[in-house]
Amino acid sequence: MSLIHKTAAELGRLVASQEASAVEVTQAHLDRIAEVDSKVSAFLHVDAQRALEQARTVDERIAKGDKLGPLAGVPIAHKDIFATDDMPTTAGSKILEGWRPPYDATVTRRLREAGLIILGKTNLDEFAMGSSTENSAYGPSHNPWDLSRIPGGSSGGSSAAVASFQAPLSTGTDTGGSIRQPAAVTGIVGMKPTYGGSSRYGLIAFASSLDTPGPFARNVLDAALLQEAFSGHDEFDSTSIDAPVPPVVEAARQGDVAGLRIGVVKELGGEGFQPGVLARFHETVDLLESLGAKVVEVSCPTFGYALPAYYLIAPSECSSNLARFDAMRYGLRVGDDGTRSAEEVMALTRAAGFGPEVKRRIMLGTYALSSGYYDAYYGQAQKVRTLISRDFEAAFHQVDVLISPTTPTTAFPIGERADDPMAMYLADLCTIPSNLSGNAAISVPCGLADEDGLPVGLQIMAPVLGDDRCYRVGAAVEKAFTDRWGGPLLSKAPTL
Amino acid sequence: MSAITRDEVAHLARLSRLALDEGELDHFAAQLDQIVGAVARVAEVAAGDIPPSSHAVPLTNVFRPDEVRPCLTPEQALSGAPAVEDDRFRVPRILGEEA
Repeated sequence: MSLIHKTAAELGRLVASQEASAVEVTQAHLDRIAEVDSKVSAFLHVDAQRALEQARTVDERIAKGDKLGPLAGVPIAHKDIFATDDMPTTAGSKILEGWRPPYDATVTRRLREAGLIILGKTNLDEFAMGSSTENSAYGPSHNPWDLSRIPGGSSGGSSAAVASFQAPLSTGTDTGGSIRQPAAVTGIVGMKPTYGGSSRYGLIAFASSLDTPGPFARNVLDAALLQEAFSGHDEFDSTSIDAPVPPVVEAARQGDVAGLRIGVVKELGGEGFQPGVLARFHETVDLLESLGAKVVEVSCPTFGYALPAYYLIAPSECSSNLARFDAMRYGLRVGDDGTRSAEEVMALTRAAGFGPEVKRRIMLGTYALSSGYYDAYYGQAQKVRTLISRDFEAAFHQVDVLISPTTPTTAFPIGERADDPMAMYLADLCTIPSNLSGNAAISVPCGLADEDGLPVGLQIMAPVLGDDRCYRVGAAVEKAFTDRWGGPLLSKAPTL
Repeated sequence: MSAITRDEVAHLARLSRLALDEGELDHFAAQLDQIVGAVARVAEVAAGDIPPSSHAVPLTNVFRPDEVRPCLTPEQALSGAPAVEDDRFRVPRILGEEA
């Protein structure tokens, strides 16, 4: 088996035992990027020289006998919304084209400390606003299963990179589903940790009460290893939870659901869902029962209001956060001809530097927060948020985890929903409740839809700080399906 | 009846410091009207006595000791600035616009 097809855990072991060098492993992935990324467009920036330098350092330290973590020498693709002091950081926006942050995000710093080799920065919907990467100012990424389709979003470059074997691991951020939805539609694993479990320091802010960094991988154990590597309390993030990282790696190795109580969320299925998605989901429910889980139906009556509440709360926070792009201290400045005022330059710069979706959300948020509308929109949405958390709380009294399809449909064609915001927003229907309530949720592959042969994701939701439960159930499903399919789902993907 | 008019969108664009052209205003007015109409559904939930949540996980303010720590140098802080003069951000005229 070639190096690019190995798991991150295996690569880490090979590097640690010096059966393969980090340089060899890194070069194999750089070669793969050179071979396929002209078709996939997962990366906005690749730095081969820096990656090989980092790999050499890891090899030298191992040769000296340094004890490094389980992912030392393993390459990773890093979402271009995390600050990196040695690479540009654009958030997929023209307003930050070429910007080089003067510091590293906490997640970036922890990747480096764990000896992970950052290959480059991946494409995303501008400021993580979108479900397809079509809102990137640098053009869309493509789904490795069908290059005419979206790889999900906003972390679509990261999902596409891992699904096309350009990297065994990648980072993402999940505000309304931006890790789980891209993982589902590309047939890989994507995890949204508990809010506050991974640091937002140096993550370019979209909606601060929702933004959560998390891992992508081709299997459940690799995702757990990556989450463990970059998670944990950070004093630079005031909403970081000061508690130990849940035992995610142990749970991923355990992968056992016997006796576990699993709830199927009644409100996340049925009308509007693609038949092939529902068929794979129901098959997975049967599988879990056959593995010894007790599966029951659970009702979460206010989940139907999660999407409208989210599209008030997230734009409101975005309109405030993105006020920092004022053309004064960093980024683009347009129209400064010596006669225009700062305010005019600001308005011209923001009009030129932001794409349509970002403008829509800034204005929607400004509307929802304006006096006279605040109570009816933002205030009411915050109350709905409380009710959604209460629905979760009640459900987790009855069951250990909740499950649903991750997305209502498989990957849609590029262009299909590009200028229809409401249709695009529906992609996050099942993922949004967990962002509003802050609990942990993962997407793992559960097969291919019959009508189009494209991947379907199973979402597993666990309580706040119950991240290990997501991995435990995810690993059990992965093992059973891998046995049934005779290999991982990605082995069925077309050769690029 | 539309939930949001073109004039309102022009006002929102001004508040948001977005210099939009006429075509964009028309386009966004139609889309924002549709979106606002859809998200207004939050009002259907009877939630009069429900406390609002600003965050999912309850938090209190976090303080740290007020100690001097290493920070960015002026060169680092100014490294991304569109215009710099004498170790400062050089910005367009900010006074006199309210006059």
